[in-house]
Amino acid sequence: MNQFLAFIKKEFFHIYRDKRAILILLVMPIAQILLFGFAISTDVKNIKTAILAPKHTEMMERLAEEIDQNPRFDFVGFLQTENEIDNYLRTNKADVTITFPANFENEVYSGLDNRVCISVNATDPNTASIESNYIAQELYNILSEKTMKGIEPQASPINVRLMYNPQMKSSFNFVPGIMGLIMILICAMMTSVSIVREKESGTMEVLLASPMKPFSIMIAKMVPYFGLACINLISILLLAYFVLDVPLTGSFFWIVALSLLYIILALSLGLLISTLAETQIAAMLISAIVLMMPVILLSGMIFPSESMPPILEYISKIIPTRWYISAMRKLMIQGVSIEYVLKEVYILLGMTAFIIAITIKKFKIRLE
Amino acid sequence: MADVICVNGLTKRFGDFVAVNNITFSVKEGEIFGFLGANGAGKTTAMRMLCGLSFPSEGTGTVAGFDIAKQSEKIKKHIGYMSQKFSLYEDLTVMENIQLYAGIYGVEKETMKRESTALLKKLDFENKKDTLVSSLPLGWKQKLAFSAAIFHHPKIVFLDEPTGGVDPATRRQFWEMIYETAANGITIFVTTHYMDEAEYCNRVSIMVDGKIEALNTPKNLKEQFHVDSMSKVFDQLARRAKRGE
Repeated sequence: MNQFLAFIKKEFFHIYRDKRAILILLVMPIAQILLFGFAISTDVKNIKTAILAPKHTEMMERLAEEIDQNPRFDFVGFLQTENEIDNYLRTNKADVTITFPANFENEVYSGLDNRVCISVNATDPNTASIESNYIAQELYNILSEKTMKGIEPQASPINVRLMYNPQMKSSFNFVPGIMGLIMILICAMMTSVSIVREKESGTMEVLLASPMKPFSIMIAKMVPYFGLACINLISILLLAYFVLDVPLTGSFFWIVALSLLYIILALSLGLLISTLAETQIAAMLISAIVLMMPVILLSGMIFPSESMPPILEYISKIIPTRWYISAMRKLMIQGVSIEYVLKEVYILLGMTAFIIAITIKKFKIRLE
Repeated sequence: MADVICVNGLTKRFGDFVAVNNITFSVKEGEIFGFLGANGAGKTTAMRMLCGLSFPSEGTGTVAGFDIAKQSEKIKKHIGYMSQKFSLYEDLTVMENIQLYAGIYGVEKETMKRESTALLKKLDFENKKDTLVSSLPLGWKQKLAFSAAIFHHPKIVFLDEPTGGVDPATRRQFWEMIYETAANGITIFVTTHYMDEAEYCNRVSIMVDGKIEALNTPKNLKEQFHVDSMSKVFDQLARRAKRGE
């Protein structure tokens, strides 16, 4: 036991003296959460809006004012001719234009068919669809207030309710993704690099020639990173809850339990990489190419795996992070109970067992 | 004097390749035993088997009285090991390195405190105790690595090319430390590339292509091959090698 403690103390010194490691391990997760939460978000704000109305009526003025007051929109001006729509959109003077038909107001008041045309710059299709949704919703709200005095509102046959994330905040979606990414980074990459460093510097040989059992060396190597991953888990959850207002509606116990399972999985992945790689560079590359890229691109963190081509969707199924993120979204945002994420839990358990089995096998071959 | 290493017909195969081919020798307590051979001759593989890092394919042997195939865990408690890279942690201080090795070998805290103070005094390192190893000169690192390897008073210490890259004066000082350690009853098992160092050993074995081709005192070997230096003995033997590097 003293042996074990002496070793863990040494690992602590390694991390403590390596300022870069501290930066990566403790500051980066917080920075990422804040970046994704505030700066990098798919929420659309300040949509530049122009209106083309046949007549400059009081109603149009009020409409423009209301649009301008909404933080999502900026009113940029009234257009005079249809040609200006293209001109404004093309030169990015406006992101969205609204065209009202002639006699719009009369027809609204008389309840006749009235078609408003929304033109959106769809160079970026995602943003365009969000913008057109926002503006349609806004117009619907304003017009139904303004015009329906005394008139039966025209109830739309379709009523959309945005469940669990009514404001459509992208941070709700990102927080589980970042947790999935950070744990892989810290547990798999940092652990494997720290083990391979000992191989490179020749100290591993000395450790193996010592009475310390190879397996306890590995476990002792993992302990500090396990601790760090737990600190990060706590700091991410706190930031998510208090700063980004992510609800954490599900059982806190299961959120933590599942995260611990995922941390263990990532640690054993790190160990597996360390048995394959001979140099720190190789360990970094394996972590970056085999882990980070698929995790970022295929795990559903940014792009939904459901909309991938079939072959990529199959690949995404073998990425542990995909299942972790999916389970976390369900637990944190939807607030379901554990029965509904059992599939993810079993898959993660199976993957952990599988990785540990291969690692032990590889590790024994090495010692020969 | 008793044999602390006794090896009989030791062989290691990797597939079809015979890295160590049927070697037999013994080392006496307190002896300085030079283990020589060109690169690829099988020195490191043989040494790894003795340290319990690798299982022999054939043959038997004991180190410090324990069977190398079955009792490697016990062997590891009674040996010290210093690799050619000096095996210290560069981002730890001198004292932290000593504490780590003492901890790994299960040295009691009180003993550790007393002996590390004595050691630092002996090495004249007292004011460097909290210096990071990375800022020490190579010769100092080497001395410190050796001291760490024998801190737990092993019966045998294995030194794998302990003087690589060190200047002659520092090598000379290092050999003085080796002599002093051997005089205290710790057996020294050392591999080296420097033939002048082979002259300092009590006995020398020379491996060629996995086999021990010569084993005797430096003086006897020189007589046997009718030459005046170990370097020439080694040249004659190494020329027989068929394996490339």
